[in-house]
Amino acid sequence: MRLIQKLGEWFDLRLQLGAPIRETLEHRVPPESASWFYVFGSAALVCFMLQIVTGILLALIYVPSAGEAWNSLQTLNHGIALGWFIRALHGWGSNFMVAIVLIHMVQVFLLGAYKFPRELTWVVGVLLLLVTLGMAFTGQVLRFDQDAYWGLGIGASISSRVPVIGPWAVNLLLGGPIIAGATLSRFFALHVFVIPGLLIAFVGVHLLMVLKLGINEWPMPGRIVRRATYLQEYHEQIRKEGIPFVPGAIWKDIVFSSFVLIAIAACALYFGPFGPGGQPDPTIIQTSPQPDFFFLWLYALLSFLPPSSETPILLIGPVIALIVLLGLPFVAGEGEKSWKRRPIAVLSVLIIAVGLGTLTHLGLHTPWSPMMNAWSSLPIPQEYLQGRTSLQRKGAVVFQAKQCHNCHSLDDQGGKRGPALDTVALRLTEDQLIRQVIQGGGNMPAYGKNLSPAETTALVAFLETLHPANQRPARDASQAITLGANEVSPR
Amino acid sequence: MSAENGMSRRTMLAKLAMLLNGIIGVFLAVPIVRYLLSPVTREKKLGYESWLSLGGLEQFPAGQTRLATYKNPVTNVWDGETGDIACWVRNVDDHTFQVFAINCAHLGCPVRWFPQSNLFMCPCHGGAYYQDGSRASGPPERGLFQYHYKIENGKLLIKAGEMPTPGHAANSKRGESTCA
Repeated sequence: MRLIQKLGEWFDLRLQLGAPIRETLEHRVPPESASWFYVFGSAALVCFMLQIVTGILLALIYVPSAGEAWNSLQTLNHGIALGWFIRALHGWGSNFMVAIVLIHMVQVFLLGAYKFPRELTWVVGVLLLLVTLGMAFTGQVLRFDQDAYWGLGIGASISSRVPVIGPWAVNLLLGGPIIAGATLSRFFALHVFVIPGLLIAFVGVHLLMVLKLGINEWPMPGRIVRRATYLQEYHEQIRKEGIPFVPGAIWKDIVFSSFVLIAIAACALYFGPFGPGGQPDPTIIQTSPQPDFFFLWLYALLSFLPPSSETPILLIGPVIALIVLLGLPFVAGEGEKSWKRRPIAVLSVLIIAVGLGTLTHLGLHTPWSPMMNAWSSLPIPQEYLQGRTSLQRKGAVVFQAKQCHNCHSLDDQGGKRGPALDTVALRLTEDQLIRQVIQGGGNMPAYGKNLSPAETTALVAFLETLHPANQRPARDASQAITLGANEVSPR
Repeated sequence: MSAENGMSRRTMLAKLAMLLNGIIGVFLAVPIVRYLLSPVTREKKLGYESWLSLGGLEQFPAGQTRLATYKNPVTNVWDGETGDIACWVRNVDDHTFQVFAINCAHLGCPVRWFPQSNLFMCPCHGGAYYQDGSRASGPPERGLFQYHYKIENGKLLIKAGEMPTPGHAANSKRGESTCA
């Protein structure tokens, strides 16, 4: 023991770090900040450290070359002892890090911790969110499979829409005219050098300010933040009731961080690594590219924006979101901290969470995409064919052969792109059905030139049978009058 | 320390140091910026596109639309399979052709051809196009990108080399807006 103490003294005489470290560890924090609400920042930092360690381990094997990356990932998964586990830890660590950074942000927002004098801490936090998402996207590219390849195509297509410099932005993003070796190399440089460098720098500044300005006190309804008095009040409170960070508050942080690490390891063990999916061969077009979980909401949003407003929303939306986030502490730097007195803040969080959650859910199911193989793999349910005339059955064949099933479901089977057709005969009369099939419209292609008159007649005859047995199909009342018939017989 | 004309040795040295470092900074910045911008300057100077063959005309029967692949004219050995690009060739009547980019005009995903319903469909956001490449439905703002083509010695040649994107269709023509 005495040897260790002597060694310690020898180093401290030269490094002189003992005193500042002790001071940092024992700096006084508000007693209520030793709370389970305050553990997310440190957990995000622990995730980041896990990412650094696993990232370096992966870099020992990974080859950042468009021709070899996919094979090196296969080697990692299958050829190196526990390579799959390191990949899984890195992948799940990334998901947990994004999630915890988001939770941390919501917690800071709801507890009013971004208000004076911690505006800059919030601003740097917003930058940290951006670089974390940047790491997630570039990391997805390094998993150089079909999803990565076509995901880059989506990125290039979006950047090309920037006015004036769009085409240059594409060349800069891809490092050339197409997605190829240069693209992967630059995303490797971004993921491994540039963005982690920024992350480390921002984390350093963020932590420094947390130390210098002190941890946010627990917000009490009615305790108003004023620039003139806040610092004095805070220091007074810390002096009176403050507890040292170690050992007063740190244990909850450490316990929670351990749970996060255990959760990441459990997910990695149980679910395994992410991909890689199919080979990044652009001539294999039988693929349905999808982004990683945290970008699914954006993927979903892109299918719902009307074509005319898509480009402006895509380009202006992020700028507005960023201005709102960065401007928040300067607009609302004073006043109530407690979420109990900030209904708009709570409502905003709820609306954003529900919005992102809904879009992510839709992104998982992609109801806007035709089901590419429904026409050949999903038969028409038997009850839709029993007791039908030969013309109607011929129509059912046309329905399959012309791939109507890819976009329209029957009995909940098939594409969800267009409306389900189980009761279409109740909604549309025969004439309306013919018009819709031939001319399309309402986001349906026109089939006029792809169907012979006989096929159209058969198809419409089949569609006319799609109604509940106890309900009559829709009919045009005026037709009976103009044709002079007394009563139109139910079909 | 003080000098007659109001400038001490220290301030003069400080100014000299800033000047020298400024000059070195510019000397370094110019090559760094040019290096970083090389993908852009390369396109402006030489262009990425050139004429390349998709093979003999016999591969593309009249009235049909077939998948063709070509090697991108600008490639490195480490590009692997990413240098191989696919496109759709439509032989209208043995004299007129249409060569469509594989990339959807919405966000660049690979469109698939369905000869039964004469439609191109995109798996990403559900864009659909008629057989002549014009927009049928979904989020795309325009028809499929088309390459210029010519026929020489019984071979179909297209001018290609750059990924077409909505903001930069390069030399590719706009898909005609007429219905199929």
